[in-house]
Amino acid sequence: MADILPNSIPDLDEVRARWGSFAWTAENQAQARVVVGRYPPGRQHSAIIPLLDMAQRQVGAETGTQGWLPIPVIEFVAKYLDMPYIRAYEVATFYTMFNLRPVGRFHVQVCGTTPCMLRGSDDVLAACYAKGMKKGQTTGDGLFTLSEVECLGACANAPMVQINDDNYEDLTFDTTTALLDALARGEAPKPGPQGVDRRTSDPEGGVTTLPEMVEENYDYRGRWGAKEEQA
Amino acid sequence: MLDDKDRIFTNLYGFQDWGLKGAQARGDWDDTAALMARGQDAIIEEIKASGLRGRGGAGFPTGMKWGFMPKEPTPGRPNFLVINADESEPGSCKDREIIRHDPHKLIEGALIAGFAMRARAAYIYIRGEFIREAETLFAAVQQAYDAGLLGKNAAKSGYDFDLFVHRGAGAYICGEETAMLESLEGKKGMPRLKPPFPAGAGLYGCPTTVNNVESIAVVPTILRRGASWFKSFGREKNEGTKLFQISGHVNRPCVVEDAMSVPFRELIERHAGGIRGGWDNLLAVIPGGSSVPLVPAAQIIDAPMDFDGLRDLQSGLGTAAVIVMDKSTDVVKAIARISYFYKHESCGQCTPCREGTGWMWRVMERLVEGNAALEEIDLLWDVTKQVEGHTICALGDAAAWPIQGLIRHFRPELERRIRDKQAPTLEAAE
Repeated sequence: MADILPNSIPDLDEVRARWGSFAWTAENQAQARVVVGRYPPGRQHSAIIPLLDMAQRQVGAETGTQGWLPIPVIEFVAKYLDMPYIRAYEVATFYTMFNLRPVGRFHVQVCGTTPCMLRGSDDVLAACYAKGMKKGQTTGDGLFTLSEVECLGACANAPMVQINDDNYEDLTFDTTTALLDALARGEAPKPGPQGVDRRTSDPEGGVTTLPEMVEENYDYRGRWGAKEEQA
Repeated sequence: MLDDKDRIFTNLYGFQDWGLKGAQARGDWDDTAALMARGQDAIIEEIKASGLRGRGGAGFPTGMKWGFMPKEPTPGRPNFLVINADESEPGSCKDREIIRHDPHKLIEGALIAGFAMRARAAYIYIRGEFIREAETLFAAVQQAYDAGLLGKNAAKSGYDFDLFVHRGAGAYICGEETAMLESLEGKKGMPRLKPPFPAGAGLYGCPTTVNNVESIAVVPTILRRGASWFKSFGREKNEGTKLFQISGHVNRPCVVEDAMSVPFRELIERHAGGIRGGWDNLLAVIPGGSSVPLVPAAQIIDAPMDFDGLRDLQSGLGTAAVIVMDKSTDVVKAIARISYFYKHESCGQCTPCREGTGWMWRVMERLVEGNAALEEIDLLWDVTKQVEGHTICALGDAAAWPIQGLIRHFRPELERRIRDKQAPTLEAAE
C-alpha cells in the first residue's frame, strides 16, 4: 500500500474521451427533476449543489470510488440547469466536498480542527500514515484517499473521521487502525463512537439527564404542570 | 439544575425513535393547529415575551427578528424562512443532535415560525458533511408531508406551508446568513453587503428571515408551556434552556441541555465528569465556539454560562460550544490551528480577511515555535485590529478574536517562547 497514485488532474483529452458522453442514469434523471422542483420556477440554478453532488456520486458508482467531477460532467450539469459553465465551475471549486480529481474507494477525511486536535486527531492521522496514506493522495491500490478536513461538527465525539458517508468517532490510534483494517477487508464497521461506552453524544458511562429515555420512549409531559398553571 | 421535565430535547441522544410516531408520543405535533390558531402576532409576542435569543451565536432576540418581516407580503414577493443548519463553528455539534434525533421538533417549529412570519415556504440549509443527518431530515419531512402536517392545510391549520431541505457541500462561510442565501441561490457562498437586510431583500430578493435550528426547534415547546415557563430559567435577558456542547479536556465530553446561566463549574462537574486531571489542571476555556476569545481558568470557573456573563469576560456564549483546555495544552498551537481554520474558510471576497487570515496564521505558526521578534506580538495585535470590523461579514472578526484572546491572556507565554528561542543565539553571539 506504500505506492501513491499521481495527485494531479487527469489529462483533459483523456477525461473528455472517458466522460464526454456523461448523462444521468434513469434513476438520477427522475431524481434531478425532484430536486429542481424544490425551488421556485425559473430558480433552477439553486439546484446546482445537489445536482453536482448527485453527478459526483454517479461518477463514483461508475468507477467504484467516491467519485469526482470531470470537466465534461460539470458541463453536463450546467447545461441541464441552463447555467453558464463558469458559474457551475465556480461552485464546484468553491465547496470542499466536490472532488476535482479522482479519489479512492474510501475517502478518509480526518478532522484536524482544534476540538479534535485537543483529543488526539494527530493519533488518528498517524494511524492513517502507518497504513501508507499521505494527505491529499490516494494509495496505489486505489483503496484510500486521505484528506485533513476542517471541523465536521461532531466535537463532543472528537477525534473523528468521516469515511465516505459515515462518521467514526471517539477514535484512538488503535481504533482507527482497526477501522481501516476492517474497511480494507471489505467489512462494514458500525459508524458512531468506536470502543467507548456511549450511544452518541451522551456522556461516556451513563447519562446525567433523562434516564427514562434510555429504556423507553418516555413522555415527560406527565410531569409538567405546577409551574405552568401558576403562569 | 434543570429538571428533566423541563428539558425540551428529550430524545437528544437518540435512544428512542426519531420518527413521527416516536416524536408524537413525546408530545410533538400535539394539536399544532391550536397553537397556530392563536394568531401570527400573538405567536410573535409570546416568543418576544419568552426572552428567546437566537441560538446561532449572535443572540439577537428571535421574536423581534420575526417582527421585521412584512406583515402583508406583496404578490410575487413572498416571505421566506430559511433555517440555518450549516453547523460548522468548531466546537458546535448541537444542531446535528436535533436533526438526527429530534427532527420533528424542528419541522413543527418551522411550520409555526413560518406561519408567524407569513412565510409560505421554508428551506432548511444543512451542511454538506451532515450526510446521514440530512437523510434523516429528508425522511422526517416526508413523514410530515405524508401525515398532512406540511403542505396544503398544514396540520389542519388552514395554512399552506412547504418545507424543503437543501444540503450544502462544504463551506463554513455558508453559516453566515447572506452567504447562505447566495449558496441557496446556486452561487458561491460569498456574504452580501448589508443593507439591504434579508428581511427586506433576502432569498431571491424576497423578504427572508434566517434562524438557527435550535431557535426554531424550541418554539413549539415555548408556545405549549408559555413564555413565562421559558423565561423562568437563566438570568434576566439570558433566559431559557440551552444545548451545551462540551468538548476537549473533560472526562466525559457530551452534548447536554441545561438552564442558561448555569455556572461553568456546575456544568462541567455534573455532565462532563469534571476536568481531566482535576480543576487545578484547567488552563483555559473557549466558551462559545472557535470564534470567541478564550477565557483563563480563574476567570471562568464560577462564571455564568450565558450571553452577558461571558461578554463581561471579553468573550461570548456563541453557540455554547465549550472547548476545554487543560494544562497539557499547547495553547499557542491550539489557537494557531483555529487561525488555520479561518484562513481555510475565508471566502476571499474582502481583502483584509483574505490576506489577513493567511498573514495571521503564518505569524501564529512562528509564535508556536517562538520564531519571532517580541515586537511582532504587538504587530499581530495591530493586524487583528485592522481585520476586525473591516470586512463584509463577521468571519474577519472571528479570525481576529481568538488571537486577541491569546495575546490578552497568554502574552507571557508568547514572550517566553520567543526568549527561549533567542537565548542560544544570543549566547553564541557573545
